Amino acid sequence: MPMIRAEDATKDYDVIIVGSGAGGGQMAFTLTLAGIKCLMLEAGRGYDPVAETPMFQRRDQAPLLGNSTPDKEFGFLDATVDGGWQMPAEPYTQASDKPEQQFWWWRARMMGGRTNHWGRISLRNGPYDFKPKSRDGLGLDWPVDYEDVEPYYTKVEQLIGVYGSNEGLENTPNSPDGVLQPPPKARAGELLAQKHGKTLGIPIIPIHRAVLTQTLDADRLPAVLFPGNAWAQKIVGDSMRARAACFWATPCGRGCSTGANYQSTTVHLPPALATGNLDIVANAHVREVLVGNNGKARGVLFVDKTTGQDVQVNANAVVLAASSGETVRIMLNSKSTLFPDGIANGSGLVGKYIMDTVGTSLQGQIPALENLPPYNEDGAGGSHFYAPWWLYQQAQALGFPRGYHIEMGATRGMPGGGNPLPDDLGNGAYGSRYKQEARRYYGSFMGFACRGEMIPNDNCFAELDNNVSDTWGIPVLKWHWQWAEHEQRMCDHAELTFRELIETMGGTVRSVTNGRNRIEPGGKIIHEVGGAIMGTAAATSVCNGYNQTWEVPNLFLVDGTPFPSNADKNPTLTIMALAWRAGDYLVDQSRRGLL
Amino acid sequence: MSHNFQDQDQYLQPESPSAVPIVVGQTSRLPRRTVIKWFVAVAASLKLGDAQVFGAEPGPGEPVITANGYGKDPLLNHTHNPGDLWPLTLSPTQRAAAIALADVILPADNLGPAASQLRCVDFVDEWVSAPYPAQLRDRGIVLPGLDWLDAESGRRFANVFAGLTLSQQQAICDDICFQARAADELQAAARFFSRFRSLAAAAYYATPEGWDAIGYVGNQPSLTYDGPPEAVLAHLGVEQTVA
Ligand SMILES: Cc1cc2nc3c(=O)[nH]c(=O)nc-3n(C[C@H](O)[C@H](O)[C@H](O)COP(=O)(O)OP(=O)(O)OC[C@H]3O[C@@H](n4cnc5c(N)ncnc54)[C@H](O)[C@@H]3O)c2cc1C
Ligand code: SF4
Repeated sequence: MPMIRAEDATKDYDVIIVGSGAGGGQMAFTLTLAGIKCLMLEAGRGYDPVAETPMFQRRDQAPLLGNSTPDKEFGFLDATVDGGWQMPAEPYTQASDKPEQQFWWWRARMMGGRTNHWGRISLRNGPYDFKPKSRDGLGLDWPVDYEDVEPYYTKVEQLIGVYGSNEGLENTPNSPDGVLQPPPKARAGELLAQKHGKTLGIPIIPIHRAVLTQTLDADRLPAVLFPGNAWAQKIVGDSMRARAACFWATPCGRGCSTGANYQSTTVHLPPALATGNLDIVANAHVREVLVGNNGKARGVLFVDKTTGQDVQVNANAVVLAASSGETVRIMLNSKSTLFPDGIANGSGLVGKYIMDTVGTSLQGQIPALENLPPYNEDGAGGSHFYAPWWLYQQAQALGFPRGYHIEMGATRGMPGGGNPLPDDLGNGAYGSRYKQEARRYYGSFMGFACRGEMIPNDNCFAELDNNVSDTWGIPVLKWHWQWAEHEQRMCDHAELTFRELIETMGGTVRSVTNGRNRIEPGGKIIHEVGGAIMGTAAATSVCNGYNQTWEVPNLFLVDGTPFPSNADKNPTLTIMALAWRAGDYLVDQSRRGLL
Repeated sequence: MSHNFQDQDQYLQPESPSAVPIVVGQTSRLPRRTVIKWFVAVAASLKLGDAQVFGAEPGPGEPVITANGYGKDPLLNHTHNPGDLWPLTLSPTQRAAAIALADVILPADNLGPAASQLRCVDFVDEWVSAPYPAQLRDRGIVLPGLDWLDAESGRRFANVFAGLTLSQQQAICDDICFQARAADELQAAARFFSRFRSLAAAAYYATPEGWDAIGYVGNQPSLTYDGPPEAVLAHLGVEQTVA
């Protein structure tokens, strides 16, 4: 991936994009294909998925069998480099000593950000999800409707490639015919769960994931995405042709060197670079957005991490896509006479309404899955099936207002790394009996996870810690966190559901269940959004429905920061759809001279 | 801020948090009371004073772990062998006991070769020699455990563990192979056995031979994904619902 040096980033750019993940990648794609000259600043190092992805590595070829360590917190082979829950160069702090009031902040510092190793679950928010307050009086509505975002969901799905099916379920939108790629066949455990789920009224259906089960139709799609623009069609068509279909091996979290799944580094950045309109500087850690006398953003100041020097670059517009927490941090650190509390923070809402996904899980052992004849069940490196929330009509009776979807893990996946035979099931077995029992139980464990909607509350926010700075002297974030009763009750319900499902499948629950204690800490599901919410008025929100800050019209936020709610649907597809929409709007506004 | 980076028994890490981790073999963290009991037991069996075996102080002549980890940006696309990233530290005596014990737990049979043929003890050595907290904790269980094994073998059969006959080795293993059944005074030894079995098995099933032994078929590129075969669907009483 071609990159330029910090000292060469002196051209006059139209737009500076901070961050190269899902939001930044999409923005670079949209803008450069519209002929806009962009400079992308990425705090992490350059990363080449083709050369660096450890796709076929066995666990016995990785240190400690690939198990996690403080250096590689999701395991050695995880695609994340220079990131994790803790990064020595960039600390963060907690307002409380109590573990349940702390926020876990996962970051990736590498080209492409977290898109190199995310789970690729790509669900559309439904119509309800944009108007939660109108439905039950809680939380906040979005200034946009599903209909506003729908065409962009479709465009993103066509560009990145998403497998799945249309099931027509409540608040679980279909995609237009022919947009989704065919879902992969179900695995054994998924079919068993589907069968028994039916008796419990739980719909278990193909999940949507950003993985190509077929090559993209590069002869047709570019014309759909860029009608009448032969230049853009050629670039996007070439980029689509360079991506292979999934070959049904290798866990996607290690990255995909063939481009069969979506990551910014294989899908968004190559065509953006091919336009000739994009320069990328790696190791460029943005310190602050600079404001001119006219109150508009005029550029940014970044630390060139290779030299330690501050570098200033200028542009007509600035896009922040540094991930929601980091965008909040940059905004709060961008202090000026015009914006003494941080850029575009006249409302005082920057850093407020941080949300994550409600998470809890339960494992079961399913005797029906024991001793199956060996067969290849790798499939796509992630789930094939899930259950969307199915109890919208019963919110009143349930005692918690919002829903959760169920993700499941059932596979005869690559073993190694852990003891395959829990001691209690093995009854102390060793010798040949151990090996037989390990084989018997292999593939018979299933896990169910709740991924639920959290309602924003006043106790979850981030502010600058004035006493702690990172390696480059930039103040860090201090997190405040507190789950509310709604989320706790949701976990109670999920636990009971999973228990019922496991037992209906003839299995036994393997872990202690107690929803109250098992809710995952804030941030742990790594779906953090909010912090600079969008709304209908400058007094009650930071940006408008086009991700444009109210106070600084040429400053856009295209990561999760503008989300006023966090549906149970994983956020990234929505981040990309909104970024594409914001990009089109930015182009339109600048053509009309309004920025 | 104190994040618990790694629960020592939570071996299987999710490839992504959106995927569900399938955690097996959960046992609770080692309570301090047990640790003390354990060291006292080891001290008694080795006829050593408490001070020499208790706490973080390495025994006489035992190497201190000073290596660094591999850092946040190691070379991923590379074959790493035990010993490449930090020195292995089991003593020859401990290694001999470990090799013998791993083979008692994972012998050659119709399902595959013995643990010793698959370098399982190299991995155990890499693990207990690693500079990370979870591994250092295990070091405190595995090293005294291996020493105890030889001491116990000497007490019962006047030989080191590796020098015993299979049935003599099994006689010791039978007493410590299951914590729920082990005698009070052997609880610590049983915990060591459980931990060692986990580590050796983790290594065994991480190899292609181990894959055959457990019935894993995969890591092979293919043009189509066909899902479970008919026989499996019939066995489960389900039908494939994706065309
Ligand atoms: C293991 C894992 C699994 C996940 N699974 C899913 C899933 O299945 N579905 C889903 O929807 N979401 C999932 N997510 C979440 C998903 O990764 C994020 O929602 C998405 O990547 C957010 O995109 P982003 O552009 O906002 O941020 P990122 O992708 O994090 O990119 C931000 C980039 O900005 C850079 N940056 C930060 N600060 C600065 C600075 N000061 N200057 C310059 N650059 C900076 C970072 O280095 C980074 O490269 C998962 C996340 C993880 C970690
Ligand atoms: S499973 Fe498929 S999409 Fe995922 S990494 Fe492997 S080849 Fe790529």
